[in-house]
Amino acid sequence: MDSQAYASATDTLPAEHGHPPFLRHHFESVSQQREAANFGMWVFLLTEVMFFGGMFCAYLIFRNWYHPAFVAGSNTLDITLGTTNTAVLIASSFTMAMSVYAAEIRRRGMLMFFLACTIVLGFVFLGIKGVEYHQKFVDHHVPGPSFSIEEFVHPSNPKALALTPDMAEKTQLYFSLYFLMTGMHALHMIIGISLLFFLLWRAYKGAYTEGHVMPIENFGLYWHFVDIIWIFLFPLLYLISRYR
Amino acid sequence: MDTHNRSLDHDRAEHAGEMHIVRPPLYIAIFLSLLALTALTTGMSYVDLGVFNAVIALAIACFKASLVVLFFMHIHYSSRLLKMTVGAGLFTFMLLISLTMTDYISRAWGRF
Repeated sequence: MDSQAYASATDTLPAEHGHPPFLRHHFESVSQQREAANFGMWVFLLTEVMFFGGMFCAYLIFRNWYHPAFVAGSNTLDITLGTTNTAVLIASSFTMAMSVYAAEIRRRGMLMFFLACTIVLGFVFLGIKGVEYHQKFVDHHVPGPSFSIEEFVHPSNPKALALTPDMAEKTQLYFSLYFLMTGMHALHMIIGISLLFFLLWRAYKGAYTEGHVMPIENFGLYWHFVDIIWIFLFPLLYLISRYR
Repeated sequence: MDTHNRSLDHDRAEHAGEMHIVRPPLYIAIFLSLLALTALTTGMSYVDLGVFNAVIALAIACFKASLVVLFFMHIHYSSRLLKMTVGAGLFTFMLLISLTMTDYISRAWGRF
């Protein structure tokens, strides 16, 4: 239907016209509005793909150049915490998917429950990440003046190759990229959790269980996207360079 | 001709407000698959497979990401417009990686 024609047709209707209050006049139907919003969200996510893509690209290039340093750096990460965090984030994606379902079947209590679960799992992820960051500070593996190459020149792990001081300095590049990528990912999580508190409050007011699923669905797309970034960060940072 | 008409009907049904609702059993199945694949990829990292460690880890990651995009993000049930959008994003990302890497990988060829 011609949108122009529709707009002029609705102008003639009285104030109490026959559509849900959340349906904007320039859309023909709720599902059209929902799909347009989804489309916009996906276009935003594509810019995010390029944003993280640049960092992934830098990581791949420098890993090629300074492979021994990247292997040594990667092996200082705690694989158990990394795997646990992956499971936590996947669980939070699941509870977010269930939130969308709850909004679709218009169950307010269920929606609030799953949004709250997603918030809790988001905090668990950030907490575990905090423990990992703390360990890096303790080990002097944070790039900067306090960085120590000791562990890489005289490794305590018998499986590790001792690096020359030159190459050992390059582990700073690994940790810079580690903190940049996981830090940007964590920032996205923090923004996501803030938005979740807002959505939870609006859900409590009953905003999303009267057919207006779109904000929950679009936030879900964002949250799943953040999950996907971690799905790639996890093998690249933790797994592919293990000593065997 | 017949299939063409049917797809038009399908489009009309979508615009009438009948969006596909994904049911919890499917979400649970995807959730459990993602957990199993996480266990698999961590397990595989302890086995020495040379360069294939990276290949397998990234292949599993791509498969996990596809599950998330198709089912958690509903692309499997979405319109062709959204499928095309995701495809365009993937294509642009591949350009970013492959055009940058043609230079750097060809310089570092044989060193890794």
